[in-house]
Formats: sequence, C-alpha cells, structure tokens
Amino acid sequence: MGASAETLTGKPAPGGKGQVRTFFRRLRNGDEIAHIFTLVFALTILLLACLLVYELYAHSAVSRHKFGWSFLLSRSWDPVLERFGALPFIYGTIVTSVIALLIAVPLGVGGAIFLAEFAPTKMSDGLTFIVELLAAVPSVIFGLLGIFIIIPIMRESVDPFLQSHFGWLPLFQGPVYGVGFLTAGVVLSIMIVPFILSISREVLLAVPAEQREAALALGATRWESTWQAVVPYARVGILGSIFLALARALGETMAVTMVIGGTPSISSSLFAPGYSIASVIADQFTEATGQAYLQSLIELGLALFVLTIILNGLARLLILATTKRGTAH
Amino acid sequence: MEDEALGKPPQARSAKIQVSHLDFYYGSVQALYNVSLAVPQNQITALIGPSGCGKSTFLRTLNRMSETVRHTSVEGEILLDGENIFSVDLVALRRRVGMVFQRPNPFPKTVFDNVAYGLRVNGGTRGAALADAVEASLRRAALWDEIKDKLHKSAYALSGGQQQRLCIARALAVNPEVLLLDEPCSALDPISTAKIEELMFTLQENCTLVIVTHSMQQAARVSSHTGFFLLGRLLEFNETNILFKRPGRKETEDYITGRFG
Repeated sequence: MGASAETLTGKPAPGGKGQVRTFFRRLRNGDEIAHIFTLVFALTILLLACLLVYELYAHSAVSRHKFGWSFLLSRSWDPVLERFGALPFIYGTIVTSVIALLIAVPLGVGGAIFLAEFAPTKMSDGLTFIVELLAAVPSVIFGLLGIFIIIPIMRESVDPFLQSHFGWLPLFQGPVYGVGFLTAGVVLSIMIVPFILSISREVLLAVPAEQREAALALGATRWESTWQAVVPYARVGILGSIFLALARALGETMAVTMVIGGTPSISSSLFAPGYSIASVIADQFTEATGQAYLQSLIELGLALFVLTIILNGLARLLILATTKRGTAH
Repeated sequence: MEDEALGKPPQARSAKIQVSHLDFYYGSVQALYNVSLAVPQNQITALIGPSGCGKSTFLRTLNRMSETVRHTSVEGEILLDGENIFSVDLVALRRRVGMVFQRPNPFPKTVFDNVAYGLRVNGGTRGAALADAVEASLRRAALWDEIKDKLHKSAYALSGGQQQRLCIARALAVNPEVLLLDEPCSALDPISTAKIEELMFTLQENCTLVIVTHSMQQAARVSSHTGFFLLGRLLEFNETNILFKRPGRKETEDYITGRFG
C-alpha cells in the first residue's frame, strides 16, 4: 500500500508513516468516507429491524405468558373474558391475500405481457404510467372505492352469481352481506395489480432480444416465442413482483379494515365477514383496555411479522429451486 | 465491371439464394442500397465490412428476422430456390433458413430441451425419435462427446464455446437448408473459434452457410465467396481468394489491409 502511495504521489513515504498517509490520501479521495457512511446507513436499517422485533416481543410478554403457543391456535377473541387467540386473524390474512393473488396474478402478468410484447411503444408507456399512478393512490381511497362501488356490486351481482352457479362449493354458500373475505380480496387485488404489472413489464422488456429471436429463428410463432422463450427467461423477476405484491397484501390495513366486515370468525364461506391481522390491530388498538388485550394485539403484530418472513423465505426457496434446475417448467 | 463480378458465382454453381436490388429502411433511414447478390449452394459465403455497414441487417433480411424490429421496410426481391421469401409462410421460411447469433443465446432450459425446442415447436417429433434427433444434431455440431453426460443439466452450465455450438445444434435440429451466422465467434476464445470454423466446413455438405464476420482472417479461412459492404452498399462480391488477393476496388483493399474500419 505504501509503495502505491509513493508511486502515485511521487513523494517518498517511508515505513509506517506511509500507511497513515495512504489512509489520509484515501480519505481525501472519499473512498474511506463513502465506506464509513454507507456502512452506517446499512447498519441503521438492520438495527431498526431488530429494534422493531424486540419491541413487539417485549411488549407482548403478558399475552405470551398467559396464552403460550395456544395463542396461535385459539379461535376465541373475547375482550370481556380476556381470552384471546390469533387463528381467525391469521386465517383472514391468508385467505384475503390468496384471493387477491388469484385475481391479480393473471391480470398483472397478462397485462405486462401485452404491454411489453404486443402493444405499440407509446401506448405501452402511457398505460403503464396510468397503472403506476394507481400504486400511488392512498389505501383509504381504495377503501372508499370498496365501500361505495365494490361492496354493492359484490352484494347484488357477483356473489349471487357465484352462489347460483358454484353454490355446490362450500366456498360460495351461506348468507351474502357484501362485506367479507371475497370483497376484501377483490379490493386487495386492485391494489396489488400495479406492482405485478409494472415490475413484470420492466423485467420482460429487459429480456435480451436474442432470446425471442432464437425461438423465432426455429420457426416459433410470435406467441410461442413470447410464452416459451421470453416469459421463462423473465420468470424470476415475475415471481419477485408477485412476492412483493403478496407482502403488500399481507400487511395492507386500511382498505381491508373498511370492507372485510370486522368479525373474528373462521368460515368456509368467502361471503362471510372476517378479520385480518393488520385490520384488527388498527381497529381495536385505541379501545383495547387491560394489559392482556393490548399485548395480545401486539403479539398479533409479531405473528404478522413472522408470517411475512416465513412466506418470503418460502418465496426465496421457490426461486432458488427453479433457478438451480435452469429449466423453464 | 460490377455486374460481371456479381454474375460469376452463380455460373460456377447454382445459387441457393438470389437477392436482387434490395433496399432496406429503419423508419426513414436507409440502411441498404440496391444490394444484389447470389449465395452459392453448399458453400460458405462471408460478409465483411466495418461496423454499421449493413452486413448484419442484410443477413437478417434473409430469414426476415429484420421484421422483428418495428417500423422497418424492405424493397426488392429475395429468392430462395427461386421462390420469393416475402410471399411464403414466415414460420416455414425460418424453419428452412436457420440462424445463429452473435452471443450464445441458449434458452434457460436443459441442454436436451434446447436442442429439442425447434422439433417440438414444429410439432410431431416425440419420445425416442426426438431423443435420436437431438443426439444427431449434437453430433453434427461436434458436441455430443463433450456433453452427452450433461444432457439434462442447464445449458448455462456449459462454457461459452460449448453454448455457441449448442445453439448451432439447436438450429441444425430442424434440418435447415440455409444457416445464417451473425458473427458467431466474436464472443469466443481462439480454440472455440477454431472448433466452430471446423464445424462450418463439415456443415456445408448439407447446408448453405452465410456468415457475417469482423475477422478478415476468418472470412479468408472459411469462405468460398466474400462480399464487402460499406455504408449500406455491397461494394464487391467475388470468390474469396480473388477478393483478398486482387480486390477490385480501392475501398476493399483499404479495408482488408487495415487502413480503415
């Protein structure tokens, strides 16, 4: 290091002094400063995450000691008797997120394929801009949209249609309220489509033209080259967009609270009102009386955190598994 | 003078592809001017010229791959075995005229699935017949012995040179009559390049090859005929040894002696 300082500065830098001088020269160049600053920023983010988990953990002590692991499996939520269980909320969170993905993935990926592969450039850019605007709309607005537009449509058209045609499935039985798992899932799907569409489109546009042309050169049609060469090449990025959307769906609070019905129940019917973890915390935190009640809500927050980590971990495993094989399907 | 030079090759041997008065436009920008050329059958034709001279564009019109770029237009005539390629079915044309690209571009699939892709997409071949066809293609591409144990590994696990030969095997699987190669060795080391040149020699028995190359040594080594492009025009086209030893035009001489380009 000393030698390089010497040759670069053109001055002799003998012995140990050279090392110090090297450090200060690098300091002057900004390398060391950049190194230290970025390290501090990175550590700060890590520290914040740890602090968050610690706070959730520490402030749920009463609840954890009182209910133990049965908290996760109990279905009762009774503030009067102070008996709390997380299962209805975990169920509601997962069910609404799954419904949202079932609707948003085909819409988002299909739309992205159209915009990236088939639409004229100007139309693609314009539409993408509008779709990306959707991502910037506050979630309470989506909640209002849910209350004034989607709930009436669900209650009067969609739910009765599903009931009369697919009523033999337990999913579509029971009374129709308008609010409930299905409606919450539909509202969520509208909120997460922009993420899937926008990111998937970028990923598809980044696929090298040679991939498409390789398929075309072998006699593939336009659609075959898109579906068999371009989409598989982009699959990791598309999966990534879906997982980002899932994370968003799991944690979405306001809009879900407004349309899910606010009933801690587990029902096979998607028409039934329910609750999600995020929405019950938002709904009941201000009125929670007593340590057990309050700390149960905090423990729910911890459960949501863990649920998100588990699902993200599974997502990474899925990506790893499909990437290692290197095969498209 | 020029017409005489252009007329020679097809007399020597029958022309597989006959290009007449080809103009090509990217939007309003003209990239090719009045290119006429006869590609001799079962031989290797090399196209040389400085970057941006239109040689790749010309190559890509031969299987109409140029149409994948939006707002392009073409005028003139290209005959494949006497048949106008702009009036035949696009999918059928590309099956007859295969293509190998500048950078190795295997699909993110296994080695086997890469070679099998063309056969599957064109329908029909399955099971044992498919496996035989894949093996035959890999043998033709002189790759079988090296990778017969890696058939079901990802194509990305192969070296760059092997990937490029895999792409050649993939193109050969559908038995093309013509194989277009767009600077196939520019991303490869000298040993891989030598293997691919050797391979091209053996392929010309059953196939007509057209290669775009930046390496004049490569053009001199492998091709029987060479065309020199400059600024969108085909300045000279002749038998390779004549073009390199006694170039008919000053620009050709300047380029092949390294005075510009």
